[in-house]
Amino acid sequence: MAVLVYTENWDGKFKKLSYELISYATKLAETLNTSVVALSIGNVDEAELRALGQYGASKVLAAKDGRLGSLENKAFASVIAQAAEKEQATVVVFAHNFTGKAVAPRVAVRLKAGLAAGVAGLPQSTDPFIVPKKAFNGSSFANLKINTPIRVLTLFQNSFGILEKPAEPTIESFEPTLNDSDFATSVKDVNKVTGKILLTDAEIVVSAGRGMKSPENWAPLEQLAETIGAALACSRPVSDEGWRPHEEHVGQTGKVIAPNLYFAVGISGAIQHVAGVSSSKFIVAINKDKDAPIFDTAAYGVIGDAMQVLPALTAAFKEFKASN
Amino acid sequence: MKILVCISNVPDTTTKIRFKDNNSVFDTTGVQWIINPWDELALTRALELKETSGGAIEKVTVATVGLTGAEPTIRKALAIGADDAFRVDSDPVDAYFTAAQLAEVVKKEGYDLVFCGIESSDYNGGAVGGMLSEILGFASISSVSAVNYENGAFTFLREIDGGKETLSGNLPLVAIVQKGIAINPRIPNMRGIMNARSKPLVVIPAASTDNQTQYVNYELPPAKAKCKMVDAENMTELVHLLHTEAKVI
Ligand SMILES: Cc1cc2nc3c(=O)[nH]c(=O)nc-3n(C[C@H](O)[C@H](O)[C@H](O)COP(=O)(O)OP(=O)(O)OC[C@H]3O[C@@H](n4cnc5c(N)ncnc54)[C@H](O)[C@@H]3O)c2cc1C
Ligand SMILES: Nc1ncnc2c1ncn2[C@@H]1O[C@H](COP(=O)(O)O)[C@@H](O)[C@H]1O
Repeated sequence: MAVLVYTENWDGKFKKLSYELISYATKLAETLNTSVVALSIGNVDEAELRALGQYGASKVLAAKDGRLGSLENKAFASVIAQAAEKEQATVVVFAHNFTGKAVAPRVAVRLKAGLAAGVAGLPQSTDPFIVPKKAFNGSSFANLKINTPIRVLTLFQNSFGILEKPAEPTIESFEPTLNDSDFATSVKDVNKVTGKILLTDAEIVVSAGRGMKSPENWAPLEQLAETIGAALACSRPVSDEGWRPHEEHVGQTGKVIAPNLYFAVGISGAIQHVAGVSSSKFIVAINKDKDAPIFDTAAYGVIGDAMQVLPALTAAFKEFKASN
Repeated sequence: MKILVCISNVPDTTTKIRFKDNNSVFDTTGVQWIINPWDELALTRALELKETSGGAIEKVTVATVGLTGAEPTIRKALAIGADDAFRVDSDPVDAYFTAAQLAEVVKKEGYDLVFCGIESSDYNGGAVGGMLSEILGFASISSVSAVNYENGAFTFLREIDGGKETLSGNLPLVAIVQKGIAINPRIPNMRGIMNARSKPLVVIPAASTDNQTQYVNYELPPAKAKCKMVDAENMTELVHLLHTEAKVI
């Protein structure tokens, strides 16, 4: 028995997210009286693999097949399912990110396992296995009962946190069987954003809406973001209008994020927008309309013109940083 | 070549979510049902691809797993421009069940390209597209934000953590799509609505499978504390609160 965690790497490195998954799996494995096996696919050096032990992984499987350089859903699903079978995993944990969403359902079918996507916490019971997941676009949680002996979960980022539980993991090379028919797509071109804080990784997000009036008015937002190390986001009309790139769109139809701090500037707070950000720990709303619905979701509110409030806020942060 | 667009029938996105029977059942009273937003965009893009394919794409079919209550939604998809439709006559019991039903439709009719949305906007299952591809043994590309068809080949733009990739893929294939695939959904016009009435909508019985998962009950998030207002002239105060009270700075 084991809890298997698929730990994705980014150019050979793990992220906070990977450690959160291991932490979650470790807690779950305690309840199930079993241990945590992490599976890494791709080129990751030994020290980085070993670091997964810090959060409780007792074994790390490393699959380094050269054909697995880019995400091929079918092949990845095959590798992960083979690892699950080898370790007799009863739970397989993924991140609820692009890769997890793409691969977990395929792995579930291979393992005849029930899937819970967007899991928001530990199971309330493991026999029967009942786990909370986000539903209705963040407006509620659903407790999902999984009837199968193996379960596949995708964990919502920032819903559990990181817990250290140092272990000395054994590191094992893993050589799954792969067929040519597992590879049917090929990546022609990669366009990576570099040097910016990724929206999905960011602890602080500065987001703006139609209240900014025009794309030329983004400078004060960029200055605020830079001062506090935040990523930028926007409402849907802003990306639809082409004021900002689509990757920045948050909400029901855009990205769903859960930073510690979310600034909503010139955003009215429509239900579809809030759906993407309601899991933020704190929301600060800046809006000139005191009746804007965003104030119902925000922890802190400022009524005023964004073009005046933003520079003042940036100045206040700079002053704070200088004296701390 | 034929395209299938899988359509799920979901509550309008502005629906106030409520539960009944001790929070064990989603209360559908007064709910307006719509085509899942991503599926609507997928259908829009499928139709655009067909129209500009010079006849290479012969038809666009829509399929849904749902009871008669889902019929207006599938009719709307026909009115938007789908050529024909299938409805598998069953409650979509769970994701695997739904994917298994859709797989039967794909096998029977031989679709080359299948579009699914990244998730249904009600239960946010995020499962059917991936499961369907695995059941069929098809390749899948997920988080697709653009699809093009040129010189007899498809290319897909996929969002990854921190960037985008352009992929080519051999058919048959399941494309799991997100925003960007089309900007605005097509709206049915009068002629479309008239035509939809005579388009084929085939109802087929469900094949049986086990249900792997079921929803036990629901919880609403705890009520938020009232928003604390800070004077626009006093941003130092806001920074102070974020530091000492929220402890996020
Ligand atoms: C199916 C569906 C899915 C959707 N998905 C999403 C989604 O994922 N994400 C999303 O964001 N939206 C989504 N929407 C759209 C959503 O309903 C709203 O239309 C949208 O969020 C509004 O964007 P906004 O707040 O930027 O603009 P508005 O609603 O126009 O609000 C602008 C705000 O700026 C304020 N303002 C104006 N001037 C100033 C100023 N000088 N200083 C400060 N404040 C100012 C105004 O008081 C107002 O509150 C979706 C809609 C549908 C139907
Ligand atoms: N009942 C259904 N009938 C047809 N397609 C569905 C159904 N449920 C889900 N889908 C498809 O699968 C996608 C993801 O849905 P889900 O896995 O329910 O979040 C949707 O966008 C649809 O394309």
